[in-house]
Amino acid sequence: MIPRELKYTKEHEWVKIDGKEAVFGITEHAQSELGDITFVELPSKGSDVKKTDVLGTIESVKAASEIYAPLSGKISEVNELLSDKPETINFSPYADGWICKINTNDESEIETLMDAASYEKYVKE
Amino acid sequence: MTIAKNDLKRTPLYNKHLALGAKMVPFSGWEMPLQYTGIIDEHIHTRTKAGLFDVSHMGEFFLSGSSASSELDKLVTCRVDDMLPGKCRYGFLLNENGGIIDDLIVFKISQKEFKLVVNAGTSEKAKEWILDRVSSKDIFRDESKNIVKLDLQGPLSAKVINELIGTSVTDDLKRYWFKHIDLVGERVLFSRTGYTGELGYELFFPVSAAEKLWDALLSAKEVKPIGLGARDTLRLEMGYALYGSDIDENHTPLESNLNKFVFMEKDFIGKPALLRQKENGLKRILKGFIADGRRSARCGFKVLSPEGERIGEVTSAAFSPCLKKGIGLCYIKKEFAVEGRQIILTDGKTEIKATIESTPFYKQG
Repeated sequence: MIPRELKYTKEHEWVKIDGKEAVFGITEHAQSELGDITFVELPSKGSDVKKTDVLGTIESVKAASEIYAPLSGKISEVNELLSDKPETINFSPYADGWICKINTNDESEIETLMDAASYEKYVKE
Repeated sequence: MTIAKNDLKRTPLYNKHLALGAKMVPFSGWEMPLQYTGIIDEHIHTRTKAGLFDVSHMGEFFLSGSSASSELDKLVTCRVDDMLPGKCRYGFLLNENGGIIDDLIVFKISQKEFKLVVNAGTSEKAKEWILDRVSSKDIFRDESKNIVKLDLQGPLSAKVINELIGTSVTDDLKRYWFKHIDLVGERVLFSRTGYTGELGYELFFPVSAAEKLWDALLSAKEVKPIGLGARDTLRLEMGYALYGSDIDENHTPLESNLNKFVFMEKDFIGKPALLRQKENGLKRILKGFIADGRRSARCGFKVLSPEGERIGEVTSAAFSPCLKKGIGLCYIKKEFAVEGRQIILTDGKTEIKATIESTPFYKQG
């Protein structure tokens, strides 16, 4: 089930855009591939990021993968819940397992994200 | 090395794993279940109830004849000549330099017959090595293809077996002993051995009984199937070495901290090298560590002293579901291999603080 209202990246992240603010996390497909998530290294609040920057790391029992900035801007909020309960991403990748919020500064980048139909196709490839 | 997926071998229970929704992965040339429901869930289930593992990829060799005992004694590091029928013992095959060719368990079936249970990834190499050294090829048999191996591990494993049989068969079976039992009409070699640190058993039987026994064991409400992912975290919580990661031909059992499985009062291949190493002193040794937090190192991370000196390398590491911290094993310079000593684990980007600790990390098993 790929939520229709979200945008997606090739790094299997979802992005929800609300005006200037973008919330993002990793997709159901990504959490399922990673398996039990045991640790999330969150980016620091207030830092300026560029699209595709490595913001942190998600570790599962047997693998580690990087978190990439889906858009450029300033990190306005991080999901502190994930420090103690990283497994929230497994249970709720699109809601409680969100990773951080970005105050975006380049609207044109939004065009580069995939819609749900394109992401669905991308996952199948 | 990459192996095309269709070259991978499958155990007789492959279809059972697919039906259970297992995530299948390549392992030592085999397509094996990594997990069914999730590594942590399966890990905790094995520690609290009973887990069933299909480890039919492992190899089984037989040595038979009146010379089997004395010939085997020269090949393996554990003592063979005093074993009674029904006894199992863990040991190694070593090369001339004392490096570990394989780790295995010797089963004494009878006065004239022994079984060796070897790793999947090393079985061809171990087989050739043994065949080159026995007095006659006729005393050796490779039965790996004909034997299924299931491990039933966890505090409720004895209860499960006894209820299936209808009488207690486990009471008189001590750790590292085996016997033959009749389980749902099939003859099973049943040993009290395992790789999890829990009360547990390993079951060996012919391929023809594979699905029947798998289904019978899984029909017990206490039993869940467990994949190789949890098998790895379970063994790592006990500090058990994994061949190919923590032990290999470049390390001797002395360096791997496994001296107690080497009987120095007899002759065996590799012994002179071990004696030389003892005399010259060890430079590095395999030790366990616990990370300060949830973050885990990975195989290949460098070990640094707090001052930044490179002192070793991580060979196994994972998140421990019971300790809720990163744990692992590393080869470390002897002078730093002291419990309580602070170390830093790094891949050049990430730095993880950890402490050298004694194993097992999980002490309730």
